Amino acid sequence: MATLDKKLDRRSFLKVSALAGGGMMLSFSWLAGCKPTPEQVLELPKEWFELNSYIKIGENGAVTLFSPNPEFGSNIKTSMPMILAEELDTDWKMVMVEQADYFPTRFERQFTGGSQSIRQGWTPLRTAGATARAMLIAAAAQTWKVPASEITTSAGNLEHKGSGKKAHYGEMASIAATIPVPEEVTLKEIKDFKIVGSSKKNVDAQKIVTGNPLFGIDHKVEGMKYAAIVHPPAFGMKLKSFDKSSVSGISGILDVFSISLFKEGFERNFFDTATFPEIVAIVGNSTWEVMQAKKTLTVEWETAPESKFKVAGFGGRPSTEITVPRGLENTNRHKERMAEYIQKTGTVVRKDGDPEAAFKKAAKILEKTYSAPFLAHNTMEPMNCFADVKGDKAVIYGPTQAPEFIITTLSNSLGIPKENIQINLARMGGGFGRRAYSHHMTEAALISQKIQAPVKMVYTREDDMSAGVYRPAYSATYRAALDENNNLLALHVKAGGIPETPLHANRFPAGAIDNYLAESWQIESNITIGAFRAPRSNFMAAAEQSFLDELAEVMGKDPIEFRLELLKRAETNPVGENNDYDAKRYAGVLELVRDKSNWKTPAPGVSRGVSAYFCHNSYVAEVVDTKIVDSKPVVEKVYAAVDCGIVVNPDSAINMGEGAIIDGIGNAFFGELAFENGVPAKTNFDKYRMIRQKEAPRAIEVHFVDSKEDPTGLGEPFFPPVFAALANSLYKATGKRYYEQPFAPQLEMENLKM
Amino acid sequence: MAIFNLNINGTSKQVDVDPSTPMLWVLRDHLDLVGTKFGCGVAQCGACTIHLDGNAVRSCQLPVSAAEGASITTIEGLSESGDHPVQKAWMEHDVPQCGYCQAGQIMTAAALLQQNPNPSDEEIENAMNGNICRCGTYLRIKAAVKTAAQNL
Repeated sequence: MATLDKKLDRRSFLKVSALAGGGMMLSFSWLAGCKPTPEQVLELPKEWFELNSYIKIGENGAVTLFSPNPEFGSNIKTSMPMILAEELDTDWKMVMVEQADYFPTRFERQFTGGSQSIRQGWTPLRTAGATARAMLIAAAAQTWKVPASEITTSAGNLEHKGSGKKAHYGEMASIAATIPVPEEVTLKEIKDFKIVGSSKKNVDAQKIVTGNPLFGIDHKVEGMKYAAIVHPPAFGMKLKSFDKSSVSGISGILDVFSISLFKEGFERNFFDTATFPEIVAIVGNSTWEVMQAKKTLTVEWETAPESKFKVAGFGGRPSTEITVPRGLENTNRHKERMAEYIQKTGTVVRKDGDPEAAFKKAAKILEKTYSAPFLAHNTMEPMNCFADVKGDKAVIYGPTQAPEFIITTLSNSLGIPKENIQINLARMGGGFGRRAYSHHMTEAALISQKIQAPVKMVYTREDDMSAGVYRPAYSATYRAALDENNNLLALHVKAGGIPETPLHANRFPAGAIDNYLAESWQIESNITIGAFRAPRSNFMAAAEQSFLDELAEVMGKDPIEFRLELLKRAETNPVGENNDYDAKRYAGVLELVRDKSNWKTPAPGVSRGVSAYFCHNSYVAEVVDTKIVDSKPVVEKVYAAVDCGIVVNPDSAINMGEGAIIDGIGNAFFGELAFENGVPAKTNFDKYRMIRQKEAPRAIEVHFVDSKEDPTGLGEPFFPPVFAALANSLYKATGKRYYEQPFAPQLEMENLKM
Repeated sequence: MAIFNLNINGTSKQVDVDPSTPMLWVLRDHLDLVGTKFGCGVAQCGACTIHLDGNAVRSCQLPVSAAEGASITTIEGLSESGDHPVQKAWMEHDVPQCGYCQAGQIMTAAALLQQNPNPSDEEIENAMNGNICRCGTYLRIKAAVKTAAQNL
């Protein structure tokens, strides 16, 4: 039994839906495949009946399912409704999906990030589907005067076998909508799933391939103006003055003014990282005109002093005061400072046994330091937002992963109560964590408020790449103590970053080694950082799994067998407490990738590397096969094994795996953003190298552990392991270990073309 | 500002814009054809790819003044109802993740197949190398181009 959440109450839904007005975007899943035959095209019903926040059914049996969370490419707009449809027990062909607007009174958790949408949506969505089904059954029972317990459902149909009565959902929808919402419902048995576990195509595919408006940047209303922004050219700089008259000769320019994102003393939300809290806005009649004015506008900048502000803690944790240091930072200096911190004692975050003593008596110590640079997210759709603020009302439409965070800031900055702010969720042209930070919404809203007209603000690629919120720069030093027989006595990790540490205290290999020490450090910076696909894990996996590979080699062990030995220890006799992984499931993906890749017998001429990591509740192991062809490293094939519990939409999950692996290979080879006097060295794709078609692996195989566990997410977990699997494979291919990301410059020094 | 007569997706269109305005913004802001996407503005990502007399070009680098007299096709005009073999292959392989770059990918692929109906893997890789997909759907893109080639 699942207990019904109060937010499914129909009355509260009907009340708020009146406020919502129209404006929802329809997407028709039955058009998602190839061109539908006439009988496949479902007619729009004459009337919809709301059964709860997520589900409405038309009199003809058509079903609308609201996908609560914003879509950034992980395909939750298809897979979340699949969960609803499963418990509703409807036919997927009858389903159309609408992107829900931001509606906290209707929906549970409208946050896309941390690979949590499916995991945290699983029970609420199943319950919502099952509740609607129960109401349809109750309506049929009432109509047919038979016990509800004798009514069965299948693919959108109700049947009472005893009396031979049958109806489709649409025939009972109007009565179901009057049935009291049940307080408890029974969920399906996993073995009875028909939709979950079968591949369904992207419900927006037709719109995507025909170029229909879908994204925030595509939005347009009558009378809309266009805005560009100008932000400081360097971290550590701020606005001094600007000369409006410098653009007076440019056609189509309506206004130039500065905006300040936050009111004095405002406690920022956790995702309120705005690198430049004061920027200049240029408003005009078209994007091209405001972009031209951007190039011409005379602006003076000055050095920003040290600043402090309060930021709310994540998930109810206490707020903290952030200090932003002054100064113009340089990557070379960063590297020097990181080298200093590697030598210092850090903050001990975990200690098991007596690692100091173990290192003292060691016959051999293996020590290696790994590093990775700042990275820009580079979503293909640059930051942008539409806003229409008039009087005490605001409508915002744009790409955000976290509407529930930005609403408070919008309310404070605009001076408009939250109830009067409507945030509509656009499909995002990529997110990767970047759009959890939604200051672009505040910027557009403030611009619209100033001109009291609808406006679409668009960043140039240069604005986007130089606006901060980067993946931090990291370093990790691993040390292993071995006895004279190459037995592992102790492991020591000291990791840090600018400006945050990547270290998780209780992750593997903690729990598998008797003497274990983990230390952390961090260096303040005014270069802003943010979540980037598997934050922290995306670096720690690279460092840890590269080190374990080298350690296995020193110990004379097969790298998979060595990891399995450690995991066996963690499973059967764990060291310490609070180890935050399931050693058996961890080992399971290593065994699966070993078997599927025929680990011991690689294809002729390929060099293999392996890596495994657990983060965001899912386990992934990967094997990378590389080959040097005409002095060029080529990734021939990648095998991935994943344990994410039940796989909701298998082909879509495979797509996610392929994409994250390619993303990881790209960042491992090429990803890098350096700074000189606070200025990012790269601001567009002519310099910032992204992985392209030719550099992608020739093939990727994704295998799932067969599981009945509740599902966990996949947006992030495929990403971290591939860095080390690639590095370990390149070691086999070239005879050199790769400690510093990105790898391409080092490969080029070895006369390998990249 | 100046008047330009354009032939877009088989229809005559007139716009009054600055002659330096790239076709990307003419399409998006003035003609409400937003399928052509802004990605970089410097011809490095391919999101803005359109066909100019059948050739794939980056519309962010094509001033409106150079587009007069040419036949322009955008993603909206590639087929009447989304059933061009490349579009169908994209759906069959369920290529998109975020979807933002895909119109540009499709336009590049359609131009390739127009000129070379049976490309080798290497020819596909070369042709598609100018289009960045940040989500990394490259393998599905390649597979979809091959499927489309079979169904031309």
